[in-house]
Amino acid sequence: MAGQLRVLRRRIASVTSMKKITKAMELVATSRIAKAQERVTASLPYAYAITDVLTALASTADINHPLLVPRERVRRAGVLVITSDRGLCGAYNANAIRTAEELITKLREDGTQVQLYVVGRKGVAYYSFRNREIAQSWTGFSEQPSFADARPISEALIAAFEAGADDEDNGAPGAGGMDGVVGVDELHVVHTQFKSLMTQAPVANFLAPMQVEETEAAEDTVLPSYEYEPDEGLLFDALLPKYVNTRIYAALIDAAASEWAARRRAMKSATDNAEDVMQTLTRAMNSARQAEITQEISEIVGGANALAATGSEQ
Amino acid sequence: MAGQLRVEVVAVEQRVWTGDAEMVVARTTEGELGILPGHAPLLGQLAEPGEVRVKRAGGEQLAWEVSGGFLSVTADGVTVLAETAVPTTPAATR
Repeated sequence: MAGQLRVLRRRIASVTSMKKITKAMELVATSRIAKAQERVTASLPYAYAITDVLTALASTADINHPLLVPRERVRRAGVLVITSDRGLCGAYNANAIRTAEELITKLREDGTQVQLYVVGRKGVAYYSFRNREIAQSWTGFSEQPSFADARPISEALIAAFEAGADDEDNGAPGAGGMDGVVGVDELHVVHTQFKSLMTQAPVANFLAPMQVEETEAAEDTVLPSYEYEPDEGLLFDALLPKYVNTRIYAALIDAAASEWAARRRAMKSATDNAEDVMQTLTRAMNSARQAEITQEISEIVGGANALAATGSEQ
Repeated sequence: MAGQLRVEVVAVEQRVWTGDAEMVVARTTEGELGILPGHAPLLGQLAEPGEVRVKRAGGEQLAWEVSGGFLSVTADGVTVLAETAVPTTPAATR
């Protein structure tokens, strides 16, 4: 009786303190979303500028850089999966991994081997728990990625892509080609796209070979005839990897904004849920207290009646 | 047209500086280069490490230590694309 009341009080106290934690995490996530979005906005000027420069260059220079030409036969594909380092963000990681798995299944059905590249501890944990081979992984920055974090990733990916150019066709193990390194012929990136505060959708994008879009320039715009220092070919060689860097950086910051949005939503529903639980528990506690009081009164009344009854008999 | 150059210095993580200037001095892989208003369109890779200096009207000078940089000169102005740009003059810090 009194024991039940005490148990309920203790549960209410623990739910209250849990609610405080989730509420705090929700507030932190809310402010981090704003910061992450600012980083996305801040990265746009460079993205536009480098796209302009590449467009100008591609319209004059020969487009046969290895990063632009699709390989005749795609033997191995590299898939970069971007997940978070910490949990408590709802289905964020599950969704990203599911999209990656769908892509991998599709690639396998086409007879392509898949090399996994993983960002974020959650993704690493998922694949290593299932004994799946991870070619390379990077962790520790998913919440606030900087450009310095993106660079090693794209360097590794580009190196793998370039190593794939001369691989042997027979698919035997150790068919690394002239350089003896087994590379990839295609690169894909799976990251979570920040659509709005409520929606974040995982998407799989093609990273390399890049697709060149031929567009007709409007008639009144004359593209400037550039002077090049050094020549176009060398510039192209230097610019394309930089472009890959920015694509990966953009994916990382987009994913970070999504991660915080997913975490905010998860923490908000946890807080709401804690409120519901508190209400139910408080009701249960009140009725238990009431029942206890009622019982005490009926015990006293019963006792008094019993005493009165014995007194009248004498 | 002895006008002003519209200069934009953008790093990957943010736009570093934007404004009007009289001259931009940078070093490409081919050599040092000064750009005045009306310069022919040019696309250059900057030397590593390279310094980009901007001279504004009134003698104010700004400079950045730039890595992984490119320089694009068009009729609209000058764009310096950099992976990182670290200001080396106090005026460039903002």
